[in-house]
Amino acid sequence: MTRNRVRGRLPAVLVLPALAGLAFLLVPLAGLVIKTPWTSLPTLLGAEVGEALRLSLICASLATVLCLFLGIPLAWLLARSGLPGRGFLRALVTVPLVLPPVVGGVALLLILGRRGLIGQHLDAWFGISLPFTTAGVVVAEAFVAMPFLVISVEGALRAADPRYEEAAATLGASKWLTFRRVTLPSVLPGVVAGAVLCWARALGEFGATITFAGNFPGETTTMPLAVYLALETDPDAAIVLSIVLLLVSVGVLAGLRDRWISGPT
Amino acid sequence: MTLNAELRVTRGTFSLDLDVTIAPGEVVALLGPNGAGKSTALRTLAGLLPLTSGHITVGESTWDGPDAFLPAEKRPIGVVFQDYLLFAHMSALENVAFGLRSRGTRKAEARAAAARWLDRVGLDGYEQAKPRALSGGQAQRVALARALVTGPSLLLLDEPLAALDASTRLQVRSELSRHLADFGGHTLLVTHDPLDAMVLADRLVILEGGRAVQSGPPAEVARQPRTDYVANLVGLNFFRGKASGTRVDLDGGGGLTIAEPAEGPVHVVFPPNAVSLHAEKPEGSPRNVWPVTVAAIEQHAHTTRVRLDGPPDVLADITTATLAELRLRPGDELWAAVKATEVHVYPA
Repeated sequence: MTRNRVRGRLPAVLVLPALAGLAFLLVPLAGLVIKTPWTSLPTLLGAEVGEALRLSLICASLATVLCLFLGIPLAWLLARSGLPGRGFLRALVTVPLVLPPVVGGVALLLILGRRGLIGQHLDAWFGISLPFTTAGVVVAEAFVAMPFLVISVEGALRAADPRYEEAAATLGASKWLTFRRVTLPSVLPGVVAGAVLCWARALGEFGATITFAGNFPGETTTMPLAVYLALETDPDAAIVLSIVLLLVSVGVLAGLRDRWISGPT
Repeated sequence: MTLNAELRVTRGTFSLDLDVTIAPGEVVALLGPNGAGKSTALRTLAGLLPLTSGHITVGESTWDGPDAFLPAEKRPIGVVFQDYLLFAHMSALENVAFGLRSRGTRKAEARAAAARWLDRVGLDGYEQAKPRALSGGQAQRVALARALVTGPSLLLLDEPLAALDASTRLQVRSELSRHLADFGGHTLLVTHDPLDAMVLADRLVILEGGRAVQSGPPAEVARQPRTDYVANLVGLNFFRGKASGTRVDLDGGGGLTIAEPAEGPVHVVFPPNAVSLHAEKPEGSPRNVWPVTVAAIEQHAHTTRVRLDGPPDVLADITTATLAELRLRPGDELWAAVKATEVHVYPA
């Protein structure tokens, strides 16, 4: 009480919109919880839900791994290489962030589709066809989610003191060893935070997935797709699917938050 | 295997032009004010910054030159950085073992050697401590062990004691001095602290504005400074002038009588405690006496330092008794006196 009095009254002009914003974010989630038909939950959680959930988790995780493999080196290139035109590159990397995912899906089809610029060669030379496959889901999710990882890791790299890398060099460490043993461990919190964001984004991916990978139950029907389909045929099932997705996302974020993404307290 | 370097670097308006020679076992201190180019010189020797021109050779091998550049990771060097730059996610042992590991030593062997070095710098029992848990002095010792464990040919110390508090500093300095005496390679110490340089180095090189303005053994540099910066470091009144017999006309105005006759351009020094202050003009004895005005008064531990406007301007150290007697205040007009025998003169 005393402390509040010392700080003085909070200005209403800020507090009221803040509370409205909070409500705007939380009320729909609360509605989802309230509307959930908890009693008939076990019957609705059928094999299809399990399948879609399993597919979602696998694809989002694979997409995250793909993003880590490609995104960390890309972030390093942007943060450390001194490459000319880095600012422009950085801007390009963020394009998928603002691009409507459906457009991303169309773009992927044009490049990796069976008649696409690269896709036709993949098909002719290796017999690989990505669209409308589980692999296609992973590609679509990675395309949309990678900027989250790159931006997070690049920020961590730019905040890390490059003199530690110089110290490693004077100790005889090659650039690759320095990266592995010195740079990467020092930016690990940024990598984990980026990976969590990336994974969450991949888990929720809809537009690019349905455009590039289509909707085949058991193969490309991830949770968001299943939610959308169920909404037309069986609204209760849609709610159940949504609540499962919500619980999984929140669960993962909460699990990792304490350890890795704790903000300033 | 003498280290020979002509360090020439141009960066924007700053240029470094410094010749350094270090014999095996010799400790050379690069002493200079901030921005003199000390760190630039160190970085070129470490291989973190290529030379614009010039060369660095150690014995037969060329580290940097017109057609060769050995990057830092290929040079047999050890560096102690100003804030140590210990890897925060590794234990003290892993930090020390890192250099051996990256040069291909097997893990068990590297860890054993690292443990021996930690023991040698007095950190037995701290193998598993993370840098965060170490005190400043302990971190400095880990950094020294990390730099020396690989048996480098050149040891570079960048302000190795600057981050320590006064009490730790004294002890770490004497330990460092002992380790440097045992070290058979070349050592370059970069510092802006004259005491560190005097205690640790066999030879000083004074760097100002990217150029060496003076070099020599510490005692010689302390006795015969050649620039205002050095004179200030060693705490002497310093003047340039032209000598003719026992008379020196100072460049900044005024003149002094000296005991030993000299000719031509000279440097003149005398310590602040050789200056006595008088309210009335003192008579008799072959003294230098001139009117001065008190500009500033600083209280030091045991003496009071008075800054006086001349010409010539001088610093005078006086006792508390004298201070009380004269009741000095800025603006007071006094007479300064220095015995001719206290004045040291040497050719410019």
